[in-house]
Amino acid sequence: MNQQLQQRDGYSQLALDLLAKAKRSGATEADIIIAEGETFSVQVRLGAVDRLTKAREKHLGLRVFVGKRSASTSTSDFSADSLNALVAETCTLAKAVVEDPVSGLPEADQMAGERPDLDLYDPTRLNTEQQIDLAKRVEAAAMSTDERVTNSEGGDFDSSSGRVVLGNSHGFLGEYQSSSFSMSASPVATDPETGAMQRDSWYDVQRKFSKLNSPEAVGLEAARRTVRKLGARKVATQRVPVVFDAEMAGSLMGNLCGAVSGYSLYKGASFLAGQLDKSLAPDYVTVYDDGRIVGGLGSRPFDGEGLPTRKTTVVERGVLKSYLLDTYSGRKLGMASTGNASRSVGENPSVGPTNFYLAPGSKTAQEIIKTVKQGLYVTDLIGFGINMVTGDYSRGASGFWIEGGELAYPVEEITIAGNLKDMFAGIEMVGSDLVFRGRIASPTVKITEMMVAGS
Amino acid sequence: MGELVQLASFGLTEGEVLSALGRVKVRDVDYADLYFESCVSESVSMEESLVKRATKSVSQGVGVRATAGEKTGFAYSDELTKKDLELAADTARYIANSPSGAQAVPAPVRQRPTRDLYPVERVQVEVATADRVALLNAIDAEARRYDPRIKNVMASFNTEYKVVVVATSDGALIGDVQPLSRLQVTCIAEEKGQRQSGSFGGGGRVGFEFYHEGDRHLRFAREAAREAILNLSAVDAPAGVMPVVLGGGWPGILLHEAIGHGLEADFNRKKTSAFSNLLGKRVASDVCTIVDDGTLPGRRGSLNMDDEGTPTGRTTLIENGILRGYITDKLNARLMGIPVTGNGRRESYQSVVLPRMTNTFMLAGTSDPDEIIRSVDRGLYAVSFGGGQVDITNGKFVFSASEAYLIEGGKVTRPVKGATLIGSGPEILTKVSMVGHDLKLDEGIGTCGKDGQSVPVGVGLPTIRIDEITVGGTQR
Repeated sequence: MNQQLQQRDGYSQLALDLLAKAKRSGATEADIIIAEGETFSVQVRLGAVDRLTKAREKHLGLRVFVGKRSASTSTSDFSADSLNALVAETCTLAKAVVEDPVSGLPEADQMAGERPDLDLYDPTRLNTEQQIDLAKRVEAAAMSTDERVTNSEGGDFDSSSGRVVLGNSHGFLGEYQSSSFSMSASPVATDPETGAMQRDSWYDVQRKFSKLNSPEAVGLEAARRTVRKLGARKVATQRVPVVFDAEMAGSLMGNLCGAVSGYSLYKGASFLAGQLDKSLAPDYVTVYDDGRIVGGLGSRPFDGEGLPTRKTTVVERGVLKSYLLDTYSGRKLGMASTGNASRSVGENPSVGPTNFYLAPGSKTAQEIIKTVKQGLYVTDLIGFGINMVTGDYSRGASGFWIEGGELAYPVEEITIAGNLKDMFAGIEMVGSDLVFRGRIASPTVKITEMMVAGS
Repeated sequence: MGELVQLASFGLTEGEVLSALGRVKVRDVDYADLYFESCVSESVSMEESLVKRATKSVSQGVGVRATAGEKTGFAYSDELTKKDLELAADTARYIANSPSGAQAVPAPVRQRPTRDLYPVERVQVEVATADRVALLNAIDAEARRYDPRIKNVMASFNTEYKVVVVATSDGALIGDVQPLSRLQVTCIAEEKGQRQSGSFGGGGRVGFEFYHEGDRHLRFAREAAREAILNLSAVDAPAGVMPVVLGGGWPGILLHEAIGHGLEADFNRKKTSAFSNLLGKRVASDVCTIVDDGTLPGRRGSLNMDDEGTPTGRTTLIENGILRGYITDKLNARLMGIPVTGNGRRESYQSVVLPRMTNTFMLAGTSDPDEIIRSVDRGLYAVSFGGGQVDITNGKFVFSASEAYLIEGGKVTRPVKGATLIGSGPEILTKVSMVGHDLKLDEGIGTCGKDGQSVPVGVGLPTIRIDEITVGGTQR
């Protein structure tokens, strides 16, 4: 039997041991990330438990540098034999690739010193029955409010907690714990006249159990969003103002986030290459990436390379002020890391957002809709029709047709198209309704004009 | 015959596996299985003419599942000790609300798949890496040689080597070795300050020699470069309803999104699919016959057996326009009283089995592809696509063209920028009026996402004419 290297404070020691081993195997620099966690999820459908999942998992990622050559490996097998083999193999792999002049760890004096407690962990432990009950309640609420809700894809409750340990050969060793609790409902509604079905869902996710919305509130919202889609039809092809609801405006922020990633930029694969300090949007548009929001879903005390996280102003009063960078992409662009190294175990670091958001304006969603004589209110987008190199944008959409400042009827099977550059420049209003339900968030946004293709 | 050979690689005996299976198969459990998986993934990538990244990832673990009625209990562990197996078994059977206490399960019949669709030798990492580096360097040179306007070439070669063992309460103990690889090339072209990209790739459950056959890797490089250069001169796409001709091969993603997902048994059992209750009804024009076939040698979507140990097969989904069958796993087949089709798949031991597609394609028709294009006065000819997505419940689907042309007066004219096509699954195939005799399967790049799980799939299509579909461009 293999000797199992055990946890219980042992992961820090394991990290140090492996870093030392990597040095002995010829690595000039190395870093290591160890993630462990446990997850529970329950899905209830039509009042009965449909699926129950429970697991513990762990994973370890090692990156070594042999001079200017580097390789990354990962494993879920923590036996001593397996880990010894991994260290040796990582060094072998590194020697097989070419030298890359900018490769390497961050500078030693840049490593995160202070480690603020960002309140990311909630020790609350719910038992199986409690979690089943919450899933049942969220689904029941979605099913019981409107008789046109006839079926369900289910009610879900998920909880997870975990720990991340990161160490490198500069002597950096950091760790933090985090947790998350989420619930969702996905009801199906049937049109009593045509028999046509619509599905939608609603959810909440928080690091603290106590912050989670009530299952009744989440279920009700899911039902409201689903039933209002009944009777959806196509509209004629035309150019109109488009209002993105907060969730869909969040997807636009996701597109912006991808375009300011250092990796897309140095490869020339972003439509924002060379646009730093240039105007991107009107002056009421300000976008932040803030890794230090207390309790934030994207917050963490240090990034995937051990650099301190921070608040970066990406767009300041309409002007593109900063890219999001890790050490490597920063060096490629001749800039410093912004503390946005994202490290999924087993991959090379890449750039990822922490809490990335459009700063709210002052108008409610309703006030924004009121300003549209004839246009589209988008509540759902599907497909991948975005070309990040050119910014060309064309996606399937559904939502509501706006007539005279009011939502007139639901629409579907249409597309909206334009170019992201024009869309950001065409942001006409920013709503006040910013709520974080993930790492990327936005309030409602109105864009002056886009092409809607329908019948 | 000794122990099942793959089981040994997990350090377990048949006795231990049987004992865990007995522990989970308590009285009210209809079916239980254990899925052991060990997966080694390797990747080498190049950009700026430098092969500077190499990664390798190892994961192994077991997923334990019990089903009782419609309920599924599931636990997984990355530890494979007897104690971890027992713990997972106890969690999985919680769903059945049964008294604990092991139940005897039939002694499993040790089996192996009756065929090997993908006999691939594994290569030592040192040798493999050197070959892969050389492959990527050749691609870089070829793409840059194609046209000086190619400014950057990004290419990656990924392999996966998966060993699985499935032990089921209906008496199977079966193992498989599932290799998979993929080569992907993206080129960035630049002219007068304007940039465009083009991508091409392919692969399958094939060995490294596949990429050298007929200099396939160089063809991939040229295709990616060609698409990037072509898009430099692309005009804005039209918006509105028009006839669309789809080229053969990868545009078969239409079938995957428009009807494939809607025919997966779970959505139909729950009656949340736009295709629920349409069995035996017309959902396509009579020139359309569509199958899902997991038995094609070496294809990306093929499997000797699915992840429940069922041999994969060829399932006719639509025959001359009539809906004939659903794609099933054991749970949904049992609950619906329909045949098991060998489509129970999972991303890894950490995920539950769902009914999923394998290789989904339309059989060849009788029309001449040139004639199909000549039949269109004003429309779109789309030959390559990015990705697609579907809303199962209302049937609306989209897929986005990455290489497309205008058809004007029966002739293919200017290239147009990518546009999204949107339609309704149960309707779109009734508008297919011509099917070419040129069935082509895709090059082997498809990955399908469902419930957060990704699995490799294949698609295929002959040239077809769709009389009307909404094209989401920007020009009137």
